[in-house]
Amino acid sequence: MSTAITVSGLRKSFGRTIALDGLDLTVGTGEVHGFLGPNGAGKSTTLRMLLGLLRADGGTARLLDGDPWRDATSLHRRLAYVPGDVTLWPNLTGGEVIDLLGRLRGGTDGKRRAELLERFDLDPTKKGRAYSKGNRQKVALVAALSSDVELLLLDEPTSGLDPLMEAVFRECVLEERERGRTVLLSSHILAEVEVLCDRVSIVRAGRVVDSGTLTELRHLTRTSIEAELAGPPDGLADLPGVHDTKVTGNHVRCEVDTDHLDAVLARLTAIGVRSLVSRPPTLEELFLRHYRAEQPTAEPVAAAR
Amino acid sequence: MNATAGLGPLVKLGARRDRVMLPAWCYLMIALTIGTAYSFRGLYPTVASRLAFAHSFAGNPTLTALTGPTFDLTTIGGLTAWRIGGLGGLLMALFNILVVVRHTRAEEEAGRLELIGAGVVGRHAPLTAGLLLAMGTDLVLGLVLGAGLVLVGQPVGDSFVLGLALAVVGVAFAGIAAVTAQLTETSRAATGLAATVLGIAFLLRAVGDSGGPAVSWLHWLSPIGWGQQIRPFAGDRWWVFALPVGLAILTCWAAGALVSRRDIGAGLLPSRPGPATAAHSLRSPLALAWRLQRGLLLGWLIALVAVGAVLGTITQDMLSIADTSSDLTRIISQLGGEAGIANAFLASVMGLIGLLSTVFVVQAVLRLRSEEQALRAEPVLATGVGKVPFAAGHLLVAALGGALLIVVSGVAAGIAYGLRTGDVGGELPTLLGAALVQVPAAWVLAGVAIALFGLLPTWTAASWAAVVLCFALGELGPTLRLPQWVMDVSPFTHVPKLPGGPLTGAPIGWLIVVSAALTAVGLVSWRRRDVG
Repeated sequence: MSTAITVSGLRKSFGRTIALDGLDLTVGTGEVHGFLGPNGAGKSTTLRMLLGLLRADGGTARLLDGDPWRDATSLHRRLAYVPGDVTLWPNLTGGEVIDLLGRLRGGTDGKRRAELLERFDLDPTKKGRAYSKGNRQKVALVAALSSDVELLLLDEPTSGLDPLMEAVFRECVLEERERGRTVLLSSHILAEVEVLCDRVSIVRAGRVVDSGTLTELRHLTRTSIEAELAGPPDGLADLPGVHDTKVTGNHVRCEVDTDHLDAVLARLTAIGVRSLVSRPPTLEELFLRHYRAEQPTAEPVAAAR
Repeated sequence: MNATAGLGPLVKLGARRDRVMLPAWCYLMIALTIGTAYSFRGLYPTVASRLAFAHSFAGNPTLTALTGPTFDLTTIGGLTAWRIGGLGGLLMALFNILVVVRHTRAEEEAGRLELIGAGVVGRHAPLTAGLLLAMGTDLVLGLVLGAGLVLVGQPVGDSFVLGLALAVVGVAFAGIAAVTAQLTETSRAATGLAATVLGIAFLLRAVGDSGGPAVSWLHWLSPIGWGQQIRPFAGDRWWVFALPVGLAILTCWAAGALVSRRDIGAGLLPSRPGPATAAHSLRSPLALAWRLQRGLLLGWLIALVAVGAVLGTITQDMLSIADTSSDLTRIISQLGGEAGIANAFLASVMGLIGLLSTVFVVQAVLRLRSEEQALRAEPVLATGVGKVPFAAGHLLVAALGGALLIVVSGVAAGIAYGLRTGDVGGELPTLLGAALVQVPAAWVLAGVAIALFGLLPTWTAASWAAVVLCFALGELGPTLRLPQWVMDVSPFTHVPKLPGGPLTGAPIGWLIVVSAALTAVGLVSWRRRDVG
């Protein structure tokens, strides 16, 4: 598979604050890639470096086979960007902003623009100052989605949308994927990422700490098991890879490392299983595990705007 | 809830935000006023020398139009009050407008007032805090100026009257700005509206003081005129203080009443829906820059046409009065041109127009920085627009807009003066040329602003210091007989004194080279630096 974005060892500091500390990221062409991390982890900084708005202190970044800093303007004609913090010109209407940004990128599809305005239920005649946060975000989304580009860089695009509009947004992203477009979706809304993304990268303190498909990520973590047994679950807690065991009579709950599941299930069946619930880890659990596992030793990284 | 609850913390917050700007401003005013008094003491140490100086200026409408009326020029304090009254009042007014709008409408527009308003903060507290901050600074500054004049050896009573006379002009305009901040939705428009009032006040005073007895009542319509009519060091008319203080009370009351009636974030005029699609022409960074700045340019155009037309009209009036005065030609030639009182006056008018246009030019260039800071540059730069074309759009609007202002204002002066002399065909081309030579000097300030934007983006506000420096050198330099190398710092010193003086190409060429070099430095460093 060819890659749309290849980043390796990217570094950036603002004064004494380290925003990116050797970040690696690979996004394949045609995939929807989730870029996950808490506030201030370096998500926006990464996107802004991919746009050539910030200059790297070290490391390399390739975007659509170009250099994001040197080839910025030619690359920008092939991508669309939705910033995390959308501010509009107070005296320009939403419709004017959508047209302007589209034309500066090299043209918009009028039919698609009208369709998106309809779907997002956006009034294009309002002036920038009159829009709410969610509506400003919709203006940026319509501007980005109505242009014919290969790559979409979306920075927390749904943080101000209501659930109804969030659903419209999800449909739109899935349609973009159908069309073969690449999407890098920065987010901290896990449900959204779980539904939309083929692959996920989890970033913390300026570094990607985990990357892969959801299945791959789950494989590396624990499955929770809840069972009603025929007898007391003696010795279960001593098996390798079993954590947080809670026993009440013949009832047991525990967390099992995925590669030790075989041995645990064998022991359970040996005792005799009356009922069994096994649940793969949710993305939320994956996420929290990465953030709780180790407290960062370095200075906490501030939001790098 | 008490309408002014939370006032204390808000005043402290304002003082914390302006902890550099307010003291810097006070130092500048102190340096201007006390520096003027100090150098007058050196230049005219005896009553005889001051009388000679006064005689050459007595009743000279050329100067009174630009500075203010003369009352008693036999003392150092009297000279200082005459020289500082107009310019100091103008600067105090400008500063108060900026501070009040910054702490009221600008906060509201940015949405920060909403954050604060949700706390235990009364409806009137934010406005009151902004006014207290501005007026408090005025009062302290007035007292410090008084004390400074005492230190230079002036009588205590008169010194404090001059300090307070300047302070009350500021207080009056703080009140005016408080009202305009309630009328408009954007801080830019609020500042513009208050600045228009200031421009009218300046013109009313200029015409009233120089146009002869028939129109002298006009200076009673101007808060700047009130500051001068208090007559510090020439009788100290305390009752005149009632006018600016009364206006301040009235405007503060009106602003408070407006606050009680409107919603947060709203002006008095509701915003109307606009076009659903962009005009066909809105398709380039230049078109965007023009769209964003055309309102500002139009406002300045109206203001500078008025300045040109009014000053062009009164030129003829001053000639009749000025002929009687001796020594005048020598003094005038120091101040501006080389031959002819009318030419000299018109040359100073052109210089003033050039200086005023720099305010627009710097405002327009610094729009780049505010677009960047408001994160509005980012979405544009994420399209096919390069960083240099993005900046060039705003730069072109600044440079060509500034040139347009100067030329149109010069044409207005030419027509107005020509109509009075009956020779429009002769005066118009002369004054058009006199206006055109100001353009390269104004471009140098655009260069300073763009260079700061590229190299030291956090220090772009220093461009305003450059503008103030040009004003101070241009207005005060000749009377204070500052050394030539100091005067040379201002690009306007190098502009040929037209009409009347010789037209030399070299300085104009150099000014263009300097502005081009500064622009190149700014654009190259902007291309290399991070955005945001």
